[in-house]
Amino acid sequence: MKKLSARRRHPLAALVVLLFALAATGGLYAAFAPADEAKADTSAQSLAIEEGKKLYATGCSSCHGTGGQGTSDGPSLVGVGAAAVDFQVGTGRMPAQSPGAQAPDKPRVYDQKEIDQLAAYIASLGPGPSIPTEEDYNPSGADSAAGGELFRTNCAQCHNFTGKGGALTHGKYAPPLNDVDPKYVYEAMLHGPQNMPAFPDSVMPPEEKREIIAYLQDVNGKETASPGGFGLGGFGPVAEGMFAWTIVLALLICTAVWVAARTAKARKS
Amino acid sequence: MSTTSEAPKRRGKAPAGERVADWADGRLGIYGLAKANMRKIFPDHWSFMLGEVCLYSFIIIILTGVYLTLFFHPSMAEVTYHGAYVPMQGVHMSEAYASTLDISFDVRGGLLMRQIHHWAALVFLVGMFVHMMRVFFTGAFRKPREINWLFGFLLLVLGMFTGFTGYSLPDDLLSGTGIRFMEGAVLSVPVVGTYLAFFIFGGEFPGTEIIPRFFVAHVLLLPGIMLGLVVAHLILVFYHKHTQFAGPGRTEKNVVGMPLLPVYMAKAGGFFFLVFGIIAIISATFTINPVWVLGPYRPDQVSTNAQPDWYMGFSEGLIRAMPGWEIVLPGGYTLALGVFIPLMIFPLILAAIAVYPFIESWVTGDKREHHILDRPRNAPTRTAFGMAWLSLYFVCLIGGGNDLWATHFHLSINAITWFVRIGFFAVPVITFIVTKRICLGLQRRDREKVLHGRESGIIKRLPHGEFVEVHEPLSQEQLHTLTAHEQYKPLEIGPEVDENGVARKVGRVQKLRARLSRGYYGEGNQIPKPTVEEYKELTSGHGH
Repeated sequence: MKKLSARRRHPLAALVVLLFALAATGGLYAAFAPADEAKADTSAQSLAIEEGKKLYATGCSSCHGTGGQGTSDGPSLVGVGAAAVDFQVGTGRMPAQSPGAQAPDKPRVYDQKEIDQLAAYIASLGPGPSIPTEEDYNPSGADSAAGGELFRTNCAQCHNFTGKGGALTHGKYAPPLNDVDPKYVYEAMLHGPQNMPAFPDSVMPPEEKREIIAYLQDVNGKETASPGGFGLGGFGPVAEGMFAWTIVLALLICTAVWVAARTAKARKS
Repeated sequence: MSTTSEAPKRRGKAPAGERVADWADGRLGIYGLAKANMRKIFPDHWSFMLGEVCLYSFIIIILTGVYLTLFFHPSMAEVTYHGAYVPMQGVHMSEAYASTLDISFDVRGGLLMRQIHHWAALVFLVGMFVHMMRVFFTGAFRKPREINWLFGFLLLVLGMFTGFTGYSLPDDLLSGTGIRFMEGAVLSVPVVGTYLAFFIFGGEFPGTEIIPRFFVAHVLLLPGIMLGLVVAHLILVFYHKHTQFAGPGRTEKNVVGMPLLPVYMAKAGGFFFLVFGIIAIISATFTINPVWVLGPYRPDQVSTNAQPDWYMGFSEGLIRAMPGWEIVLPGGYTLALGVFIPLMIFPLILAAIAVYPFIESWVTGDKREHHILDRPRNAPTRTAFGMAWLSLYFVCLIGGGNDLWATHFHLSINAITWFVRIGFFAVPVITFIVTKRICLGLQRRDREKVLHGRESGIIKRLPHGEFVEVHEPLSQEQLHTLTAHEQYKPLEIGPEVDENGVARKVGRVQKLRARLSRGYYGEGNQIPKPTVEEYKELTSGHGH
C-alpha cells in the first residue's frame, strides 16, 4: 500500500481517478440503460418532436406563440394533447384560414406523418389525451340504439337529432356530422374542440363513445338508407315548410293555371 | 223508307240514367234542386281554384287519416321497441311512438300514408293561406261575404291547431318539445297558468293524458268542426255566387263563366285527381317528419332545429325574438313576460287580418253588395295593409327559423334576433309605404295606358328629325277593364262650426273615421281614373 500511498500526489493521479470514475459510471450506465430498441424509439420520438417543433414554428407559432403558450390570437396548446392536434389539423381546421367566430373544416394542409410530428411536439409540452387507436374508435358491434339515447342526451342540443349541425351564438356553430371519420368523432369527444365541451373517458367511457359513433353511422353515414325519400337536408319543419311554399305550391298553381286555361269552347254553328 | 212525324212513342223501358234519376227524385225530390243548380255559373280564373286545392287536400287528409287511425295507438304507456328499425331497437318509448314506427316500417303502405297525410296537411294550410290572400287582395271579403270570410279564417285557425295536435301525436322528441313549449306558454298566464296546465295535462308535465287527449281533439273534435265549417263555407259560396274580375259584360248583377254541369264538374273532378297526384308524388319522393330518427320524447332531452310546422312558425319567432323579461312580484309571484307577451301577440296577429273587412267597411260606409273584384292596385291602402301584415308574418317566420338562417347564410344568430326585434316594428311600416307607392305608380301607369295607349316599341322618325314612339290605342275591352273600378270619395265631416259660428259636435270616432277615409281615398292616396271627357279630348285630335 506504501507504493500507492506514495504516488497519491503524482501529477497524473487525478487523471487516473477520473478514468476510474468514468469507467464506473459508464459501466453502471451500460448495466442499467434501457434495451437497444427502446433507445432507437426514444431517438425516433425525439426526432418527431424536433421535426414537429420546426413545423410548429412555421405553421402555428404566429398565433399560438413560439412555445405553444398562446397569444391574443390563439389559445395555449400546453396540455391539449396529441388527440387535439390530430383532430384540428387532420380535419383541416388548423391552420386557420382567417380569424373568425370559428375555424371551419377544409381540405387539410399537412399529411398524416407531419400531423403525427406536430402532435408529438404538442404532447411534449404537457400531458393530454393521446391519439386513439383503431380499436378505441371502431364502432363495429357497438349498440347503436344506446348510442342514439346518448346522442340525444349529450349531443343533439347543438348537432341536431341526427348530427345535421346547428347554430350557436355570435356566428359560431356546431358542424354537421355527415359521414365524419370515426377517429375524428372520437377525438372530438375526447378533447372538446373549439366550442364543444370535452367528454373525457372519466365522464363518458370509450364504450359509450363507440356507441355514439355507431349511431351516427346508422343515421348519418354514407350508406344510411332514407326510407321516406329525399331528406330535404334533415332540418325538419322549416325545410319542409319552405318546400311546401315553393316547389309544391308552384306545381299546384301551374296546374290550376293549366286547368283554368283549358275551358269548353263555344260551339261553332 | 219513310219517316213518320208522329210523336215518338217509347218502346220498352226508359234509359237507365233516366230511371235512376226518376227513382232518386221520387224519394229525395232533388229534381228541382238539380235543375236550379246544375247550370250554376262559375267564372274562370286560376286563382279561384286555390280554395279547391284546400278542399281537396282536406279530403285527402281525411282519407289517409282514417287509414292511420287503424294502426295508431294513442297511449303513453311505456314499451320497449323491437320492430324493424334497427337504431331504435331496445329503446324505451311510449306506445304512441312505437306504433308510429310500426306504421312507418311494418304496416303496408303506412309510411306513404303518413307522408301523404302530413304533406297534404302542409298543402292544406298553404292553400288556405294563399286562398285567404287572394280573397283579401281582391276585396272579395266585402258585403255579402264577410261571414264567409270569418268561416274561412276560422278554418285556417282550426287547421293550425289540428296540425299542431296531429304532429304532436307520435310523441317523438321534436313534437314533445313543441308540447313542452305549449305548456310553458300556458304556465306563463298570470294567476291561472298553473291550474290551466294541470287541467290540460291531467297533472304534471308530461303525464300520461296529453297524447290521448290530443288524439280526441285531432281525429274527432277539430276535424268535426272543420267539416261543418267547410260545408257552411261552400253553401255560402253557392248562395252568394262566385265573384268575378271586371270585364266587358260583367256586372254586379251577373256572373260570366261556365256552367257547373258539365264543365265545372269535369274540371273540378279532374283537378281533384291532379292535386291528389301531385301530393302523392311529393309524398313518395320527399321525406316529411322522419320520426324514426328523432327518437322518443323524454323531457330531459332536446335537439337544435326544433321548430314547429310552418303555420305555427310565427309563434316560435315571437318567442325567440322576445327578450327574456321576468318580473317577480312581492310575495314571490313570477310574471314570465318573455313568454306571456308573445302568447298575447299571437292571437292579435291573427285577429288583425280577420277583422280587417269590418274596419274597411266602417271607413267606406259602403253598404252595397260587391261581386266584381278589385285589382290590388286599385285599393292601395288595403293592399299595403295586407302586404304589411304578410311582412310582419314573414319577419316572425325568420325569427322562428333563426338558427337555420344563421347556419345557411353564415350569419350570427344574435344579429338575426336583433333584426327580428327591430324588424317586427319597422318592416311592416316600410312595406306599407313601399306597397302603397307601387300601387299608386301602377294606377298612374293604367291611366297613361288608357289615355295614350300601349307603348308599341316602334320608333318613328318625323320629317323634321324628331323621334317619337308609336302608342297603340287599347281595345274597347281593355279600356273597360282598366276603368271599371269605382273610386270612393273621402268622407267629409263638414266644417268645425255651423253657419251661425256655433261649434258642431263631431265625435272622436267620427273624426278618426274621416282621417282614415282621407288616408284611403284622399288626394294623393288614389290616382283619379281617366274620365270619358279626358279620353275624348286626348283621342279626338291627334294620335302620337
